[in-house]
Amino acid sequence: MRVITAIGAWLDARLQLAATLRDTMEHPVPRESASWAYVFGSAALTAFGLQVATGILLAFLYVPSAGDAWNSLQNLNQHVALGWFVRALHGWGSNFMIAIVLVHMVQVFLFGAYKFPRELTWVIGVLLLLVTLAMAFTGQVLRFDQDAYWGLGIGASIASRVPVAGPWLVELMLGGPIIAGATLSRFFALHVFAIPGLLIAFVAVHVLLVLKLGVNEWPMPGRLVRRATYLREYQEIIHRDGVPFVPNAVWKDAIFSGVILLAIGGCALVFGPFGPSGPPDPTIIQTAPRPDYFFLWLYGLLSLLPPSAETPILLIGPAIGIAALLALPFVAGEGEKSWTRRPLAVLAVVLIAVTLGALTRLGGAAPWSPAMNAWSGAAIPVLYLHGRTALERQGAAVFQNKQCRNCHALGGVGGQRGPALDEVAVSLTRGQLIRQVIQGGGNMPAYGRNLSPAETTALVAFLRTLHPTGQAPASDGARREGE
Amino acid sequence: MTVPDDPSRRALLLKLGLLFSGFVSMLLGVPIAGYLLSPVLRGRKAAYGSWVALGAVTRFPPGETRLATYRHPSLNAWDGETARTACWVRRVDDDTFKVFAVNCAHLGCPVRWFAQSGLFLCPCHGGAYYADGSRASGPPQRGLFEYAYQVDRGTLMIRAGEMPTPGSTADASRERPPCA
Repeated sequence: MRVITAIGAWLDARLQLAATLRDTMEHPVPRESASWAYVFGSAALTAFGLQVATGILLAFLYVPSAGDAWNSLQNLNQHVALGWFVRALHGWGSNFMIAIVLVHMVQVFLFGAYKFPRELTWVIGVLLLLVTLAMAFTGQVLRFDQDAYWGLGIGASIASRVPVAGPWLVELMLGGPIIAGATLSRFFALHVFAIPGLLIAFVAVHVLLVLKLGVNEWPMPGRLVRRATYLREYQEIIHRDGVPFVPNAVWKDAIFSGVILLAIGGCALVFGPFGPSGPPDPTIIQTAPRPDYFFLWLYGLLSLLPPSAETPILLIGPAIGIAALLALPFVAGEGEKSWTRRPLAVLAVVLIAVTLGALTRLGGAAPWSPAMNAWSGAAIPVLYLHGRTALERQGAAVFQNKQCRNCHALGGVGGQRGPALDEVAVSLTRGQLIRQVIQGGGNMPAYGRNLSPAETTALVAFLRTLHPTGQAPASDGARREGE
Repeated sequence: MTVPDDPSRRALLLKLGLLFSGFVSMLLGVPIAGYLLSPVLRGRKAAYGSWVALGAVTRFPPGETRLATYRHPSLNAWDGETARTACWVRRVDDDTFKVFAVNCAHLGCPVRWFAQSGLFLCPCHGGAYYADGSRASGPPQRGLFEYAYQVDRGTLMIRAGEMPTPGSTADASRERPPCA
């Protein structure tokens, strides 16, 4: 023991850090802020630590070359002892890190912790969110499978829409005319050196600011933040009712971080690593690329925006969103902190969460995409063929062969791009059906050039049988009288 | 009698020092920026826009649409399978072809050809195109990208160029051979 003390004293005589460390550990935090609501920042840091550790372990074996990256991941999954587990830890760690960062951000927002004098802490936090998302995107690219390849294509297509500089941005992003070796190399450099460097620097400043400015007090309804008086009031709070950070607050951080690590480890163990999906061979076109979970909302949004407004919204929207986040503490730097008196803040969080949640769900289901194999894989329900005429059955065959099923469901099976047709005859008359099939319209292509008159007749005859028993198909009253 | 330190002299020296190292850093910054911008600045390699063979024209029956693949001319040894590229070849009649990029004009996902319904369908956001490449429905704002082509001694050739994107279409839209 005496030796350890002696070594400690020798080191501190040179480093002179002990006093600073002790001050940091014992710095007072408001008693109520030593709370379970304040554990997300440290948990995000823990998740980042795990990402650094597992990332370094993966870099021991990963080959950042377009020709070999995919094979090296297969090797990690299958031939390296516990390689699959380290990949799974890194993949799940990434998802957890983004989730925790978002929860942390929501907590800070609802507790008004971004207000004076913690504006810069919030601004650095916004930058941390952006670099975390940049890590997620570049990490997805390093998985260099089909999803990564076509995800890069989507990124390049978005970048190409920037006026004037678009084509240059694409070449800078890809490192050449196509997605190839240079592309993976630069994303490797970004994911492993450049962005983590930024992340570490931002984290350092972020934590330093938390220590310098003190942990946000528990918001009390009616206690308003004023620039002129806040610092004095905060000093009073921690003087009157402050507790040392270690151990009063930090034990909750430690337990929650442990829970998060356990959850990441559990997910890694149970669900395993992400991919890689098929090899990044662009001639394999039988693929339906999907981004990773935290970009699904964007993927969904890209299908739902009106086409004419898509480019401006894509290019201006993120800038406005980021500017709004950065401006928040300067616009609302004073006043009420408690969420119970900030209904607009609560509403904004709920609205954003519901929007992102709905878009994520839609992005995962992608109902706008044709079900590519429905025409050959899903049979027409027998009920719809029973007791039908030869012409109507012929029409059912046309319906399948012309791949109508890829976009239209029957009996709950098939694409969802167009409406389900189980009761189409109730809403469309024979004339309307013919017109819709031949001319298209709405979101449907025209099939006039691709159907013979006989096929159209049969198809429409079949469609006319699609109505509930006991409910007559729609008819054109005026025409019937004339017939 | 000692001369007292002249603070203005020290400040001037500091400014000079900062100015000097700033100037040298900028000098070094120019080549570094040039290195970073190399994909844009180095210009197109000779191979970049060269003609690539897709195979004998007899591989493409008139009236049909077939997938053709080629290796991109500007490849490096370590590009692996990413240097492979696919395109859709439609032989309109004996002498006329249309060569489409597989990349959807919306966001670049690979479109698939469905001969029975005569449509190209995109798996990402549901873009659809007719057999002639024109837009049928969905989010794309235009038809499929087309490559410039020529037939040289019975072989179908295309100008591969760069990956077509909405901001930078394949060569054909700018430079179409007279026969197309």
